[in-house]
Amino acid sequence: MPGSILGTSVRRVEDPALLRGDGTFIDNMHFEDLGHLVFVRSPLAHAKILSINTDLAAKAPGVLGVFCADDLNIPDHHAFFALNEAVKRPPLARGTVRFVGDAVVAIVASSKAAALDAAELVEIDYEELPPVISMEDALDPRLEPHTPSTDSNIAAGYRDPQGDSVLEDAEVVVRARIENQRIAVVPMEGNAILVVPPRGNDHYRATVYVSTQMPHAVAGLLGGIFSVEPSSIHVIAPHVGGAFGGKAGVTAEHSVVYAAALKLDRPVKWVETRSENLIAMPHGRGQIQYVELGLRRDGTFTGLRCRMIGDAGAYGGFGGGLVLGSTRSMSQGVYRIPRISYDGVAVFTNTTPMGAFRGAGRPEAAAFLERIIDIAADELDIDPIEIRRKNLLKDVSFPFTTVVGTVYDIGDYAKALDRLIELSSYEDLRKEQQERRQRNDRYQLGIGVSVYVEVTAGGGATEYSSVEVTPEGGAIIKVGTSGHGQGHATSFSMIVSELLGIPIEKIQFVQSDTAAVPRGGGTGGSRSLQIGGSAVRGATEAVLEKAKLLASNLLEAAEEDIVVAESGDGLSVAGVPSSTVTWAQLASEERKRGNLLEATFDFSQASATFPFGAHLSSVLVDLETGKVTPRSHIAVDDCGRVLNPMIVQGQQHGGIAQGVAQALWEQYVYDEFGNPLTSTLAEYAMPSAAELPSFNATNVETPTPLNALGAKGIGESGTIGSMPAVHNAVVDALSYLGVRHIEMPCTPQRVWEAIGKAERGESTIPWSDPPKAFEILPLRGQATESDAASVDV
Amino acid sequence: MYPAKFEYVRASSSAEAIRMIQDSEDAKFIAGGHSLLPLMKFRMATPSLLVDIGRLSELSYVREDGNEIAIGALTRHCDVERSELLRRSVPILAHVAGQVGDPQVRHRGTIGGSTAHGDGASDLPAALLALDATFVAEGPSGRRELPAREFFRGFLETALGEDELLTEIRVPKAITTWSFQKFNRRAQDWAIVGVAAVRSDTTKVALVNMGSSPLRATGTEAALGEGASAPEAALRAAEGIDPPSDLNASADFRRHLASVLVRRALEEMNI
Repeated sequence: MPGSILGTSVRRVEDPALLRGDGTFIDNMHFEDLGHLVFVRSPLAHAKILSINTDLAAKAPGVLGVFCADDLNIPDHHAFFALNEAVKRPPLARGTVRFVGDAVVAIVASSKAAALDAAELVEIDYEELPPVISMEDALDPRLEPHTPSTDSNIAAGYRDPQGDSVLEDAEVVVRARIENQRIAVVPMEGNAILVVPPRGNDHYRATVYVSTQMPHAVAGLLGGIFSVEPSSIHVIAPHVGGAFGGKAGVTAEHSVVYAAALKLDRPVKWVETRSENLIAMPHGRGQIQYVELGLRRDGTFTGLRCRMIGDAGAYGGFGGGLVLGSTRSMSQGVYRIPRISYDGVAVFTNTTPMGAFRGAGRPEAAAFLERIIDIAADELDIDPIEIRRKNLLKDVSFPFTTVVGTVYDIGDYAKALDRLIELSSYEDLRKEQQERRQRNDRYQLGIGVSVYVEVTAGGGATEYSSVEVTPEGGAIIKVGTSGHGQGHATSFSMIVSELLGIPIEKIQFVQSDTAAVPRGGGTGGSRSLQIGGSAVRGATEAVLEKAKLLASNLLEAAEEDIVVAESGDGLSVAGVPSSTVTWAQLASEERKRGNLLEATFDFSQASATFPFGAHLSSVLVDLETGKVTPRSHIAVDDCGRVLNPMIVQGQQHGGIAQGVAQALWEQYVYDEFGNPLTSTLAEYAMPSAAELPSFNATNVETPTPLNALGAKGIGESGTIGSMPAVHNAVVDALSYLGVRHIEMPCTPQRVWEAIGKAERGESTIPWSDPPKAFEILPLRGQATESDAASVDV
Repeated sequence: MYPAKFEYVRASSSAEAIRMIQDSEDAKFIAGGHSLLPLMKFRMATPSLLVDIGRLSELSYVREDGNEIAIGALTRHCDVERSELLRRSVPILAHVAGQVGDPQVRHRGTIGGSTAHGDGASDLPAALLALDATFVAEGPSGRRELPAREFFRGFLETALGEDELLTEIRVPKAITTWSFQKFNRRAQDWAIVGVAAVRSDTTKVALVNMGSSPLRATGTEAALGEGASAPEAALRAAEGIDPPSDLNASADFRRHLASVLVRRALEEMNI
């Protein structure tokens, strides 16, 4: 056999179709009697609906159906996990609208243009109600609750009993109110769904083509909403143009399209426009973090107190619950922190519902921890690397349980940091910084570091796979993950090829179709290689075992002497290459016996894995204009054993770009009335390649003991590590002027204002007493546990 | 988003375009469409008739005309950017055209379209204002020439009549030095503040996105006329100007940026 294919940069087998425009995206799919659905959405953040007049719209040319809430009567439902069981979203607003973008009327017409023209004819009278936009306002007990089914705007929350006592033995306490701003997901393709009612002898209730991360979950959730067997709904995810956590679950729009198609008994399609995507697809992040870190004068951490607010948006979007889940579970990071008190509260606001976005709660944790550590380093005049080294978890045995109860599988944080320092010429950078300061350069150099740990495959750590060897001598992989850009067809084929010797071009990859794959957890939470890949590996081993038994009969040799042939094509007797039976022969032989040469395997991982790493970013800050230009970024990410370095690097690059983007550019902004001010890509500042430096993305490898591949997730690490490194770099550039903090995104105006404040001797660290509401939260463990606290997408 | 319904005709000459525009009350000329189409897609503009002048190749040219360079209104940004004549004679204009939007925009958008749209946040109108360009308009009642300082009148408002077509832009050649400072967050963005400065016998400075239309920094120009140094003159960049506040910058920050960028422009020009 040639050397192992694992660990090599095999080119992605899925790319040629995409590059040639042969993708199967939903907007390209057509059916003869297809209806196009558009939504009439609320222009107000909070209002009572006085009347809806759809008469003109119904009579408009090409219109097939006009639906308000009562016409479809879809039960109110959660989009994914429940944050607050009592508050569900009516897919079409019933009597009240609760955010700008809330769907009120659905119109189906024979063309999209006809549907849009008809939508212009719908007249809705509203009576404006006072909206709640900011998270801190939402905690004001005098305000009216979000819906009549709750008694406040608190969706869920808890507090720890320790409170201030965790800071008792500190010699120094640094504190900051840090915002982790709301951002939009902005996948290349927005949401899209096409529902086809049963045709001819189709035995499904409906076939649903949907741009999703989790086709089986869509079947399950739709089944739950419409009270039908999930297996009676056929769900297919064709090519998906990016998801990043934003395409998990069944949104209001999905259930409306499903109901409208069945009601009209014709295929109905809805494809989000870009403007619609920016107000309708769940947003991510959105936390206000009151953080206090206690230290000894030598920089040793003594305790951490967190009081954290998560924005759930309208109807209690599940993303609001991340503040109660992974942000808390990752609050100790890679450090020895003897005591932590963590209070968390998720609030309803009249804004777009919150969901998951790349990292989902973990970037928010790394961001506050790495920021407050730098604030402490500045306060105590300790180098940011030195203070981190001093407090790193070292000489601990794994699995390691943190003070908040999280169990890290394995880690070697110093190794990642050492490698980073080695790659970055850290001392040279500091020297250049000194020189620029001394000559009063217009452009000051900032150097930012972060060391992080995150959690992957936290929920749903089981996965299905089957592997079949075909009579043509190839193989077919079926798997319950649902890759949409991550390169699964390539990575998973490499695993099969490694074990069976079958070349990857002869391996067919089947996923994302509930009729072809019986069960699956989809793709999210950086789970796919470690869980899905391990399932594929298990199924491959099982089919190999089956084949060996068959070969031992055919070759009249002992089963333990059967090995994969040197040529890679079939099995042979060890040391006797002439005694070989090909894969085609083996599969044909099994067919003759009435069977497929196939095995299935359900992999289950005992617990989550905890990738970690260290990033260093350098930026130039224009002192006069406040403009920040990223100059270099180095990432050392440990995702365990690397199966395909090119694919891993691709994930690192995309992740880093997102982290830099949040640190410097992206923020979703509402005015005081709840009007979105960033509802196009002209205002919502997603960067392009022109704004980003070249990345140096590398790895150290600490294999997890939890799966045979040794693999941990990599999809989100880049985002988690990069954001605080860039953020710290901006502040570091200006620390000699007295600047200690700037909120993200570090826009030119914010940087300019911070410099001005520092020059006037004012503090740049925001702090005020956290809202009183924290004091009345139930103690953790005694509160009703929110499902959304365990979200992992 | 999709625009509302509209009628569409394509003109084969500028004379025909001027005839066609009179056929409907709220008709609009369309060239590259990069300003008008987004407004139509948001249904903020709902013209009943579009007269497409995009293929009038007779209006796409850059040529020398005495002491001036004449540029056809339909010359696309990429052609202005690459024109050897402009690079040699009025390099600021070639440079600024290369700063507009992104390559796709520069291959569709036209200098005349950008000028007639009259957006205070666009780069080219400010550069033309600094250059004291002359705009040639043709309408049913004939041809007239409008100086840049009388052309831009307010938010998306110019001196062009409803039925007038901007056909040519004329800029003087006698420029000794120039500078263009564009300050934005992303390469493809409009300027948060921009400065176009040129020197011939005097120094003329125009500002991008400091008001609803492109503006001259009259405070700076006066200061320079009175012999002030560049840093002193730059401090007067926003004199008499009431800049807008938006997501990217408050009015105060814009004033600050204007003075920083004007000073940098003057420094670059060794003033």
